[in-house]
Amino acid sequence: MDRVISCSAAVEQLWAFLDHELDDEDQQAVEAHLAFCRRCCGELEFAKHLRRLLAARGTSELPAEVRARLHRFVDELVETAPEGGTP
Amino acid sequence: MLKTSDRAAFQQLARDELAGLYALARRLTGRDAEDLVQEALLRACRSFTSLRDPQAGGPWLRVILTNVWRDRLRKDSREPTEVSIDDAEGFSLYRTLVDEDPFPYSDTLHLDFLGGFSEDDIHTVLQRLPARYRAPLLLRYMEGFPTKQIARLLELPLGTVLSQLHRGRKLFERALWDYAIESGAINGTAARREDAPWTG
Repeated sequence: MDRVISCSAAVEQLWAFLDHELDDEDQQAVEAHLAFCRRCCGELEFAKHLRRLLAARGTSELPAEVRARLHRFVDELVETAPEGGTP
Repeated sequence: MLKTSDRAAFQQLARDELAGLYALARRLTGRDAEDLVQEALLRACRSFTSLRDPQAGGPWLRVILTNVWRDRLRKDSREPTEVSIDDAEGFSLYRTLVDEDPFPYSDTLHLDFLGGFSEDDIHTVLQRLPARYRAPLLLRYMEGFPTKQIARLLELPLGTVLSQLHRGRKLFERALWDYAIESGAINGTAARREDAPWTG
């Protein structure tokens, strides 16, 4: 029998629930709550979308001139690194 | 000390990971991202021979970059030591959206709201968060590091990181809402989705 928890307790643990960072009992309690609470399911969907916003890497963020400078930096770094052996 | 074969391997790894490193640096620091990447590459080059699994090169570089950022933050007196999160602690963006109902003709108001933010908007919002709350959020959700590893990376107790993640999420929600209001899209009264000026 799963433990019954309130909406506020479920919402408080939603991100940890999505991260699978709750212990088994708490994970099951949140899951059981979501099974009957439509409002908290809305919160869950919203939390998933917020996480996607945070996860966005912005692949277009590296400007071409910065990439070129960093490439030159890497080349210089490798060329000037102390020799440690033969291939 | 690098062997010739290591030089080529490091050069390739660094080039392959530049975009990801720069994106993380930009999110973490908001400024001096290029310099942060350079410092990280410098440290990585010096210790490249300690990388045993070439497949782990990307995460290895991002750990080094995070270490460099953490060391710099400790020296940076501009970062406030304390921040009030009283306003954010009890804030729920989802509930606020439901209560304010800014998109009265929409069945998916939360998606409409979040969909209005561009990558630049999100970057701006994240930079408004104090670094101590921003970093755990980024390391967890952008880089996918487990919480325990974040604690080791930031040299903080696990409980502190969990608390910072919780507070960071609240601050992020509050900052998104404030940003939308400042942009004129949300003012507590109905606003149509296509009018949202923080889009594009």
